[in-house]
Amino acid sequence: MIAHQDPMHILLADDDEDDRAFFSEAITELKMDNKLTLFEDGKGLMDYLLNPDIKLPHILFLDLNMPGKTGLDCLKEIRANSRFKDVSVAIYSTSSSEKDIEDTFIEGANIYIKKPNDFSMLKKVIKEVINMNWQFHTSGLNIETFFFSI
Amino acid sequence: MKLNYNYDGNIACRTILQDQLEKLNISYQLLDLGQIEISDDIADDSFEELQTSLNRFAIHIIDNPKAQLIQRIKDAIIEIVYDKDKFPNTTISQYLSDKLNYRYGYITNVFSEYTYTSIENFIIIQKIERAKKLIIEEKLSLTEISYELNYSSVAYLSTQFKKVTGLTPSMFKRVIDRRRKLSNTE
Repeated sequence: MIAHQDPMHILLADDDEDDRAFFSEAITELKMDNKLTLFEDGKGLMDYLLNPDIKLPHILFLDLNMPGKTGLDCLKEIRANSRFKDVSVAIYSTSSSEKDIEDTFIEGANIYIKKPNDFSMLKKVIKEVINMNWQFHTSGLNIETFFFSI
Repeated sequence: MKLNYNYDGNIACRTILQDQLEKLNISYQLLDLGQIEISDDIADDSFEELQTSLNRFAIHIIDNPKAQLIQRIKDAIIEIVYDKDKFPNTTISQYLSDKLNYRYGYITNVFSEYTYTSIENFIIIQKIERAKKLIIEEKLSLTEISYELNYSSVAYLSTQFKKVTGLTPSMFKRVIDRRRKLSNTE
């Protein structure tokens, strides 16, 4: 559990440069104190996470479709490692089929985001996700049964 | 072999506190949820020792008065969500302001400033959190769960569950079951 005054650590792995820029901009508009680290692909993210000296993030956002290591590959690796059990994983996808959502949750994701098309919608979605994640980390709620699909 | 278990976080926390305080020879009295009365002043080094030993269990001593108030608001809400006999006959706002001795306007302002959510929303999140536990335990039907959590109908519980998680209660159960199966086969 974290204290209210601690900053929230956020990671994003997305191969699309524009999407990364939009995401960063949306994050700077949050009221909550935060620290964002960006990755261009799944391999970069996993190399970073597997370094034992880093401070673990509270939440990481994964684009599902990345060349090389996909978001799903990263998700499986992360959930196979108990060191990351308190890290919430949010999956970003263009699909909104119920089966894809269910399968992603079964693999261990906590949050499923259907990528919105416009920027103002994206900001709203990110804000809701981060706020909900904050409640889980500051109120002792169970991350293992944390699901949020938006 | 895998064992399933359930637990009462409140009892677990009290037991840990008792053990740790006794180990450090501090005389104490456990008060309401989230508060302890320490009989004598404790020396700085044993206070530090207490903090360190409690941090291991993710129990933190709160020394900021606003953070203390927020914790007391959360505890008061959790108390009524987990015990339907304690659910107030009055409004939640009346209950909280009586219990905490502050104007409700002040309580809601401090709460949303620090938690980035409203008291109303926090109550909903806590009710759904308990609903999840009860669904996983499989002892009660969804209708019984809705009664246990003071919902006027099972449809209302399902709607709120879907709003908070994005899943229906049955999809939630299916995901949990299939996750367990997946981790059992690995």
